[in-house]
Amino acid sequence: MNSIVCITQVPDTETRIKIGGDGRSIDETGVKFVVSPYDEYALEEAVKIREAKGAGDVTVVCFGPERAQSAIRDCLARGATKAIHVIGDSLRADSLGIAKVLAAVIRSQPHDLVFVGKQGVGTDNSLVGPMLAELLGIAHVTVVTKLEVGDGKVTAYRETEIAEEVIECSLPALVAAQKGLNNPRFASIKGIMAAKKIAIESKTLADLGLAEGDVYETRVKVVAMELPREKPAGRKIDGSDPVAAAKEIVRYLHEEVKAF
Amino acid sequence: MADVLVICEVKDGKLKKSSREALTIGRQLAAAAGGSLNAFACGSSAAAAAAEAGSFGVATLHVAGDAALDAYASEHWTSAAKFAVEASSAAIVVMSATSAGRDLAPRLGARLGAGVASDVVALEWADGKLRARRPVYSGKAFATVEIGSNPAIATCRANAFPAEATGAGACEVSNLAWSAGDTKAKLVAVNVPETTEVSLADADVVVSGGRGLKETANYAMIHDLAHALGGATGASRAIVDDGWVDHHHQVGQTGRVVSPNLYIAIGISGAIQHLAGMSSSKHIVAINKDGEAPIFRVADLGVVGDLFQILPPLIEEIKKAKAH
Ligand SMILES: Cc1cc2nc3c(=O)[nH]c(=O)nc-3n(C[C@H](O)[C@H](O)[C@H](O)COP(=O)(O)OP(=O)(O)OC[C@H]3O[C@@H](n4cnc5c(N)ncnc54)[C@H](O)[C@@H]3O)c2cc1C
Ligand SMILES: Nc1ncnc2c1ncn2[C@@H]1O[C@H](COP(=O)(O)O)[C@@H](O)[C@H]1O
Repeated sequence: MNSIVCITQVPDTETRIKIGGDGRSIDETGVKFVVSPYDEYALEEAVKIREAKGAGDVTVVCFGPERAQSAIRDCLARGATKAIHVIGDSLRADSLGIAKVLAAVIRSQPHDLVFVGKQGVGTDNSLVGPMLAELLGIAHVTVVTKLEVGDGKVTAYRETEIAEEVIECSLPALVAAQKGLNNPRFASIKGIMAAKKIAIESKTLADLGLAEGDVYETRVKVVAMELPREKPAGRKIDGSDPVAAAKEIVRYLHEEVKAF
Repeated sequence: MADVLVICEVKDGKLKKSSREALTIGRQLAAAAGGSLNAFACGSSAAAAAAEAGSFGVATLHVAGDAALDAYASEHWTSAAKFAVEASSAAIVVMSATSAGRDLAPRLGARLGAGVASDVVALEWADGKLRARRPVYSGKAFATVEIGSNPAIATCRANAFPAEATGAGACEVSNLAWSAGDTKAKLVAVNVPETTEVSLADADVVVSGGRGLKETANYAMIHDLAHALGGATGASRAIVDDGWVDHHHQVGQTGRVVSPNLYIAIGISGAIQHLAGMSSSKHIVAINKDGEAPIFRVADLGVVGDLFQILPPLIEEIKKAKAH
């Protein structure tokens, strides 16, 4: 069983966001970059499957700038066996452009399962996974909280607003990992040492036969980015008299919110 | 001129609330683009929604009535929706960002070679292009994106676009010649939790509790308050991780993003990851004993006090007020 795990590198979730000088991206000065949190679930699942089967590769694929190398190293330290880094300015690419890059890489690799995260934290698109599956002509299941691997097929449990869907797919298939799928491991010293011996294969768009125009800002372009409009300050009341406070909340709910 | 197609979800012959919201913004876009508003619905009860669609200004409802489309299935829905996009020659395709819409839009986009903007909170037609505003970095910033492809696809965040009917109108039904082919993925079961609870995703009112509740048994107070208000129950990650409540209830960056009319946060500090899931709610009430808690920065009404003292009279007062 060979798995591909698509990972993206994103600002740590604690980051204070500042808008960059171009007015349409964030200022990356001082930002700590990490593996996108949902991609950690994706990686862990692939590594677990490899451990259970005792065979196969877990190949990490990332399209991103030079700095993304540290995220790839981190994945190798946590159990991935191979890595391919397509170097490019992924923030300027639209989701279908990213999917095209990933599809071009994955087509040339053996793959039974392709894993992505439920969403790339930051851009918060949730688009690349199903787009990639479509380009590869394989089935996809999003928001997966449990996965069972059978013979030539998988059973994926998908979380919806109100229920859990159980979906059976023939392989190859693409799975978008949701929190709850597993508990991602931390990198061990041994893993970090072993990862150092693995060469990261690096590629350019041209190597993949793709033109800039296929990938960058072709269909969707970010034209502006701004901080949220400040909300007018709310009202704070003292709750040391609980009954008075309760009455004031009820008045607010009734008169201003019209909750009842 | 650009025509608009709204991909709707129909349940028992009725449009879902989220689809009514998508139709409303679809109608505004059609007016701005000088085009017509059309809709697509699928499944065996889809055609029954025609009159309701007409009341939202839909000219033609494209229907794929095959029962294979009753439950959401990505491959079937993608191929049926593509039929509708082609039949309506839509330049703008809008749907709501439900679990079906989020799954369908990107697959359809890739099939059509179209750009997609997901989870948008505003849409406009400007200079012959669809422009969308969407939260990024968990709501810590907003991006304006321009979609240059034809068609342009957008999924709308729940509650961001108020649903407004225009009155009764005639809506034509056009049956698409779609039939089910083979699929690689099959829905084998749907596990619906045995609960009478309101679902978080489309609740008008959400009441959430956090570690300030001290222990798991006290979460019952969150249920009581939510019940009194007819709302859904939510939670911070802290108490989900501690196993007090199922993770389906978690609100925040790694949980659900909600934007109800009313969000009440009880004993929740307001960490940035929690705010990411609720700060776009219309009205926010917070109860916390720490006057410096960050939750007060987003609260419209903040009550500095002990939740154990305030909740009992609050639940009583609400019941009294509702009995009137
Ligand atoms: C990658 C990542 C993702 C995360 N995702 C999420 C997420 O999706 N959702 C989420 O919620 N968190 C998330 N977190 C966790 C988040 O950082 C906080 O740790 C968490 O939200 C804190 O939960 P809390 O407010 O319940 O607890 P605390 O921060 O411990 O706050 C408890 C509050 O209760 C108040 N309190 C105590 N006693 C009383 C009383 N008697 N009356 C009134 N008030 C009282 C206290 O003043 C305090 O403000 C994430 C963290 C990380 C690193
Ligand atoms: N540049 C990229 N390189 C590799 N994988 C990516 C990239 N962008 C997105 N992905 C994958 O697609 C998932 C969803 O991303 P998004 O559609 O941007 O929310 C991520 O969690 C990754 O698994």
